[in-house]
Amino acid sequence: MALFSRGLNAPEMTIGRKFWQVHWIFLLLLTAIALIGMAMLYSAANGNMEPWASAQMARFALGIGILIIVSLIDIRHWLRWAYVFYAMSLLLLAAVEIMGYVGMGAQRWISLGFFNVQPSEVMKIALVIALARYFHGSDPEDTGRIGHLVVPALLILLPTALVMRQPDLGTAVMLMMVGAILLLLAGVRLWIFALAGMIVLAVIPVGWHFMHDYQQQRVITFLDPESDPLGAGYHIIQSKIALGSGGMFGKGFLLGSQSHLSFLPEKQTDFIFTMLAEEFGMVGGLGLLGLYTLLLTYGFAMSLRARSQFARLVGMGITSTFFLYVFINIAMVMGLIPVVGVPLPLISYGGTAMLTLLFGFGILMSVHVHRDVIIGRRGIDDGW
Amino acid sequence: MRHDSDQQKLFNRRTALLAGGKLLLLSALAGRMYFLQVLESDKYRTLADENRINLRLLPPPRGRIVDRFDTLLVDNQQNYRVVLISEQTPAVEQTLDALSAIIDISDAERARIMRETRRRRSWVPVTVRENLGWEDVARIEVNAPDLPGVLIDVGQSRLYPHGIMTAHVLGYVAAVNEAEANGDRLLLLPGFRIGKNGVEKTHDLALRGKGGSSQVEVNAFGRMIRELSRQEGQPGAEVRLSLDLEVQRKLASLLPAESSSGVVLDIRTGQILAMASMPSFDPNAFNRGLTPDEWRYLSQNPMAPLINKAIAGQYAPGSTFKVVVALAALEAGAITPDTEFYCNGSLALGNARFHCYKKEGHGRAALRDGIKWSCDVYFYEVAKRIGIDRIAAMAERLGLGQTLLTDLPGEQPGLIPSRAWKQKALGTSWQGGETLVAGIGQGYITATPLQLAVMAARVASGGLAVMPHLTMDGPLPGESATRSLSLQAGATEPALFPDLGIKPEHLRVVRDAMEAVVNEPRGTANGARIKEPEMAMGGKSGTSQVRRISKAERDRGVIKNDDLPWERRDHALFIAYAPIKAPRFAAAVVVEHGGGGSAVAAPLVRDILRFVQERYRLPATAPTANRPDDPAIALQNSG
Repeated sequence: MALFSRGLNAPEMTIGRKFWQVHWIFLLLLTAIALIGMAMLYSAANGNMEPWASAQMARFALGIGILIIVSLIDIRHWLRWAYVFYAMSLLLLAAVEIMGYVGMGAQRWISLGFFNVQPSEVMKIALVIALARYFHGSDPEDTGRIGHLVVPALLILLPTALVMRQPDLGTAVMLMMVGAILLLLAGVRLWIFALAGMIVLAVIPVGWHFMHDYQQQRVITFLDPESDPLGAGYHIIQSKIALGSGGMFGKGFLLGSQSHLSFLPEKQTDFIFTMLAEEFGMVGGLGLLGLYTLLLTYGFAMSLRARSQFARLVGMGITSTFFLYVFINIAMVMGLIPVVGVPLPLISYGGTAMLTLLFGFGILMSVHVHRDVIIGRRGIDDGW
Repeated sequence: MRHDSDQQKLFNRRTALLAGGKLLLLSALAGRMYFLQVLESDKYRTLADENRINLRLLPPPRGRIVDRFDTLLVDNQQNYRVVLISEQTPAVEQTLDALSAIIDISDAERARIMRETRRRRSWVPVTVRENLGWEDVARIEVNAPDLPGVLIDVGQSRLYPHGIMTAHVLGYVAAVNEAEANGDRLLLLPGFRIGKNGVEKTHDLALRGKGGSSQVEVNAFGRMIRELSRQEGQPGAEVRLSLDLEVQRKLASLLPAESSSGVVLDIRTGQILAMASMPSFDPNAFNRGLTPDEWRYLSQNPMAPLINKAIAGQYAPGSTFKVVVALAALEAGAITPDTEFYCNGSLALGNARFHCYKKEGHGRAALRDGIKWSCDVYFYEVAKRIGIDRIAAMAERLGLGQTLLTDLPGEQPGLIPSRAWKQKALGTSWQGGETLVAGIGQGYITATPLQLAVMAARVASGGLAVMPHLTMDGPLPGESATRSLSLQAGATEPALFPDLGIKPEHLRVVRDAMEAVVNEPRGTANGARIKEPEMAMGGKSGTSQVRRISKAERDRGVIKNDDLPWERRDHALFIAYAPIKAPRFAAAVVVEHGGGGSAVAAPLVRDILRFVQERYRLPATAPTANRPDDPAIALQNSG
């Protein structure tokens, strides 16, 4: 307790009190979505818990445990260790360049023996915290200055460049967008975004030149999936057929012909939303979208309620990351954006994604639990 | 704290902006969902059904072919084959690599598969290998997950149980080639075979039947999950031939392998009881696919094993043609049966000298002896009197110079020359000497063994226009009805064929002479007579010269056939009918480069006519044993 008592403006909380501050409705919502995911994994295995649904259930249970533990950690510890956490994540990212696995054609994993870590996933959280830390200490006037944006720009571009090299287009775009969202929330002038947008447009032809063939192919296929119906366009065409043929009310649980006859690729991972919309129709798809929106709303509410800029930015950053996952995945399977390997949060099969996500939500929950903690402009310096 | 509240206000404004943006994007997702799942739903439902539902053609079983007693001539057998559907495999080459680890695929086969894959629509299965053993089938099934687009298909293939014995009549089936594909989806099926020759070709449509279809649900790898509906096709019709397998086998085994052919006809009905050509081939080999060596043998062998020489071999009829010349002369009134000529071994016409085969000459002879001895000089004289055009007219009435069959492909018409023909075809006028040569069936004249048998049948029937055919009674689907015929004998039975209008007494004279040829001591074919009087035959031998015998050679002495290389020896021919009292069967045999007709061909004809008469005459050996009521087999001859 002594650790937290010095220089803090908020009344101290015991672990027990914090525990009661956890947003249990939010957790219920998470669990509901995860249960839908397990039902879909059960269907993807043609009505079997194995091999996906039961494993996913175990991970979710583990993840919820992690979430609760993380939510009890004082938000100021994240502030204090923000840059260290960021530096370590960057090192890990760099490490996969050297000793990473080659999996699915891209170096994305780092093996810790018993567990494979995906540094790019960790980086998404580390970037949010580092940027929040930076803008927590800045004046609203500061954020209007270009010079003040050099550090955050570097914070965003360094990991983005590393991820690009792996190459992982989806994560790179996501890091950029999360960074941009935090900059927006921190009060960076809107004309700067307009300028940045124009620069990006100008850079696209150059970037195109540096893209891998398969990335270029994905963009081409996105623009005209029918151009290669048996190759790269196959996934998206089959996904659209599955979605469309689901109609208003769907074909029924376990009865999706596209999914169960294997026309739909990756139905247990990236294309799981398609399967849900095929079997439960638009009603099912909108239902899930509604649950996600509710979750996002809670995320927004929890962030807005926080009394420190750092907590607000962290909360919004994590919520926005979550939103980006949802949007990119669903937009992708519906053919609105190119095929990028982004899972549908809480639903898609995959351990790292699930654990990282719940870890992130743990920090969001920590924001909620410590919403009344006030942190000075210079953060820990003025008290700690 | 003012800063803080400013900061929070800015944050709240920006959050509202962000929330608005996110809401907009989420609405876009919902809108897209509405577009795909409600507005465009019907289109995608159809596409999903197209994905999952395959229409599979069910090839109809090909009709069987049986002989006149319903003995199987062609059957179907099960055939496991492995096919590849190119649209269901990501990389054809890779899949073939994986497959070749299980079954051997030669480079040539691989090239063919790649070629067919490119040529055909991607959903059309391409046959990789046929006639798989059980072991290979099992191994492919086990490895199915590594072999996308590879399917095992159970088909039927043709089985010709009598092999070379029936090859030319039945023909064979083979894969459809590009020119034959006419848009019928059946023809695109892998391993679908159509008749390429023989009865298999002429009755192909009837034998083929109509394809059915089956709607099946398949998964993305093309594996069938279940059948949704099925429309049965129509199996191919059974085709019954007039052939009698026993007679056919006898004929085929009698004929020497070194290029010969023969036909046995039922005179009253024109039904072909046997038709064979040697050397032959095994039609089953076409089914499993010929090796290059086999194909080279079949296509380049000078004895043309693939050709049905009974209908496509065109030979100078030689002395068998004297029957035509005699009848033409009698009908023209140019000679009477008693008209005599003197043969001193040759006849001079202008500067040329035309020789009789008998160098010292036959002496004085009337028509009967002229035929019986086959005196060439006699027929030079006769031909000189009546001229080529009257000979040609009679030849055509007796069935020469025209195709006669409707049920076999590849029949040749032979050639009966006339003045008009020569002017038109060669642009020169007819020479007198050519008439003389025509009088002994040499020169331009050619005829097929079938035509020669028909000629014998027409003479023996008393001048009826006997037409040969191979298919039994009963109309077949897709074909014009063939004459309804019964083999039942009976004197009161009305004639099936129109009368040719040849005077009966003239025919009697010629038949009497033909019977003398075989049955009298100085007849050319006396050595080949049938000793039982009730089965005795009448006939005419022919030895057709392949080479030209020069004056020099004739002076030195004509070289004996045995001393000549095979391809320069004479063709041996013999035509006959039996029994002489009420002719029932006619036969013709040609042995290419066999030598003398009476010595080589006549014994073969004797054997086959004896065999067929014994078979149909004697109840003990007749095939009535198991089917006594069949009127078609009650062949007891009324004579």
